Amino acid sequence: MRILKSLGIVLVLMLVAYLGAAVPGGPALFGVVFPWLAFLIFVGGFISKVVGWAKSPVPFRIPTTCGQANSLPWIKQNKLDCPSTTMGVIGRMLLEIFAFRSLFRNTRAEIHDGPKLVYGSSKYLWLFGLMFHYSFLVIVVRHMRLFTDPVPFFVQALEFGDGFLQVGAPVLYQSDLIFLGAVTFLFARRVVLPAIRYISLPADYFPLFLIFAIGATGVLMRYFLRVDVVSIKQLTHGLATFQPVLSGNISGIFFVHIFLVSILMAYFPFSKLMHLGGVFLSPTRNLANNSRMVRHINPWNDPSIKPHSYASYEDDFREFMVEAGLPVDKELPPKPAAEDAPAES
Amino acid sequence: MADTKVGQMSEDVVKAPSMMTGAVPTKDWMDVPAVFKPGNYCYPGKEEMAAYHNKNLPGLFGESRTWLVESDDWLLPENWKEIIIQGIKERLDKFRSFKIFMDCCVRCGACADKCHFFLGTGDPKNMPVLRAELLRSVYRNEFTKAGKILGRLAGAREMTFGVLKEWFMYFYQCTECRRCSVFCPYGIDTAEITMMAREILHLVGVNTNWILEPAANSNRTGNHLGLQPHTFKENAEFLLDDIEEVTGLRLNSLTFNRKGAEILFVIPSADVFADPGIFTFMGYLLLFDHIGLDYTISTYSSEGGNFGLFTNNELMKKLNGKMYAEAKRLGVKWILGGECGHMWRVLHQYMDTMNGPADFLEVPKSPITGTVFENAASTKMVHISEFTADLIKHNKLKLDPSRNNHRKVTFHDSCNPARGMGMLDEPREVIKAVCNNFYEMPENTIREQTFCCGSGTGLNTGEIMDLRMKGGLPRANAVKHVRDKFGVNTLSCVCAIDRATLLALMQYWNPDVEVCGVSELVGNALIMEGEKERETGLRFEPLEGSEG
Ligand code: SF4
Ligand code: SF4
Repeated sequence: MRILKSLGIVLVLMLVAYLGAAVPGGPALFGVVFPWLAFLIFVGGFISKVVGWAKSPVPFRIPTTCGQANSLPWIKQNKLDCPSTTMGVIGRMLLEIFAFRSLFRNTRAEIHDGPKLVYGSSKYLWLFGLMFHYSFLVIVVRHMRLFTDPVPFFVQALEFGDGFLQVGAPVLYQSDLIFLGAVTFLFARRVVLPAIRYISLPADYFPLFLIFAIGATGVLMRYFLRVDVVSIKQLTHGLATFQPVLSGNISGIFFVHIFLVSILMAYFPFSKLMHLGGVFLSPTRNLANNSRMVRHINPWNDPSIKPHSYASYEDDFREFMVEAGLPVDKELPPKPAAEDAPAES
Repeated sequence: MADTKVGQMSEDVVKAPSMMTGAVPTKDWMDVPAVFKPGNYCYPGKEEMAAYHNKNLPGLFGESRTWLVESDDWLLPENWKEIIIQGIKERLDKFRSFKIFMDCCVRCGACADKCHFFLGTGDPKNMPVLRAELLRSVYRNEFTKAGKILGRLAGAREMTFGVLKEWFMYFYQCTECRRCSVFCPYGIDTAEITMMAREILHLVGVNTNWILEPAANSNRTGNHLGLQPHTFKENAEFLLDDIEEVTGLRLNSLTFNRKGAEILFVIPSADVFADPGIFTFMGYLLLFDHIGLDYTISTYSSEGGNFGLFTNNELMKKLNGKMYAEAKRLGVKWILGGECGHMWRVLHQYMDTMNGPADFLEVPKSPITGTVFENAASTKMVHISEFTADLIKHNKLKLDPSRNNHRKVTFHDSCNPARGMGMLDEPREVIKAVCNNFYEMPENTIREQTFCCGSGTGLNTGEIMDLRMKGGLPRANAVKHVRDKFGVNTLSCVCAIDRATLLALMQYWNPDVEVCGVSELVGNALIMEGEKERETGLRFEPLEGSEG
């Protein structure tokens, strides 16, 4: 159900764009207004989300220590998994962001007769996760060609590298294949593994379908339908320079593609996709494990919370303490033979 | 002992339908209610306990009352939902961690099979991701646009009594061990979410007695057992008798509340009271006597373990505050801390921030080796394993490791020193110096990937034994592995809760494996000046070669 609903929504969105672009005024709406709007929402939403996070303080320094800490000089510290300096933290974050360090640790647990628990290495999620994110990145950068003139050097270099197999005409980009393959894997994993299916929400399927549809329409346009690239570039370049030109030759599928991208951009800041921003700010990863070395300040620390004082402790137990030979700050009053009942226990 | 026999449970965990055994629930998790029955929940806090805490920290512990978990009326305040939503909001504004963890989970499931409670129970709501979703779903409903508009389609749901029950069930089936956080690509720490949830539950008076009562004791008497000063001292001194029996030496270096001592030594109080912690305590005393340390133990600050950590940050701060207060009163130079897991989470990651700066203390320096503990330069507290490892490295201890030859030892990394501190190698260095037979458990079960004892964060209470034995299964299973392979008969650790809970766990799953603190092994190996020839270890067990 959750799967079908998400799929249904994406299909409806595609249909809307396809039909919408065919009515008068449609191309301007789907080709110009929505993309601009979506871009604004994306940038504004992203920033406001990150600012929202940043507004909450980090009251305690709580890195998850994933290796030996900085300790005695002769004990070897694991500087990347348990950094104690800013440089170390930067290293840890780079590994986390660019190599998905934590996901690389992944294991799969099984229980067998005995009972016996076994933990196998399981790197698929890491591998396909990396493939997905990197190919996505490559594709986004490649698309810069559509918004720039002249096309920057690094975009051209990337295009060349991406197409180095030199098969097909137009040249096949590996990133396209990897991208669609990885999205398919991520989806299949969600459906096939019972535990993952059980935790998955429509909000997990929807972006997968959306992204797949974006990829698929892109591939269709490039390799099969051979859309009119010149007029598309005219439009996209115009979007970036605020002088959009809509010529009549742009086919419907392009509007589907760009509409889905618009939806993705507008959806992004309100969804789990914000992990893109969150990973930088996660306090269990981006803090140095030096809590005993350097005092961390909590802006809302409440100085009025005081421990139960020693004086009242001694008042409670003075007699016993004296009797047991424990030193006291205040001696017992010289007392007549009155036996005061001890405090309740 | 657990209600279920071990044979039965061995079958159950492998065969009974659960997510671990391949059965898939037919109902969406939001439609599966939490049902309490004897054995699956901790007893609620006694009325006077909640009242006591409320008096000290007004407003944080809800209305004190007598309530029953199995009842459908928890006698909640009329506006309990409001209190909870307000409680969430307040914490979102106070903790960036909470905010980010509410927003960023992608439900990749990398954390799913990393939780010992999930591995042992197969209950899908014990997957860290789903545990977090229990709260996240309410967060979405109240604080996100998508949740407000799309409701369940966006994974949002309203706060109801059913949800509250679920929270009480599953946030008390999490030991805040942080294992999930090691594997999460965004570092989402479900322990942190559990802490928030428990803080919030306390606001409406939903609590457990096994946390509230020890916390109240710690506040008033100084330790969670409620030992009054004279009893505490007496207990400790009994152990001097035992030391005398084993070594022939009467130690006279143990003092209490002594002003002007160089070092204040803080232990988890169970170490003076409960087997096998007492043997660890004997180990500490022998060590300090051996090196002639100028130290004292306080009866006022006689609890290292911090039960406040299991309730809210305010009570944690209040209980922790005693250590610096006492260090100041006694005029010591720095503080040494004993073997205790949760204690060290607080000392390492919270203490200085909450109750510092400790500018009246000096940067810790070992009076024996001259080593300056730079890693504790600000907090001024050193862990006994760091301290001992340094002594060993500098050859300051006379050791006869063969006195531990009757022990084949493995080491359990306690969650907090491992994942909240990064203290992995120090205790190993100590063990290797004092024992000849040391074997590691499999790599997925130690160091930063260590498995919880299954009973941390105030869950080591008798009424949930079955649950604890399941939660501890991954740990027990790893011990069994080295027992079968190497004949390991001793499970060592640096945590007082472990010494209590692993004991029960081993008795259940691996009855021939004993549990000890690392310092007990040190005490066994130490060659004390003028001692008699030792025939037994500190727990009066015969040494190898002297049996029969
Ligand atoms: S590993 Fe992290 S992101 Fe993945 S499901 Fe668990 S908490 Fe969510
Ligand atoms: S902190 Fe530990 S007990 Fe809690 S959900 Fe994570 S793995 Fe499970």
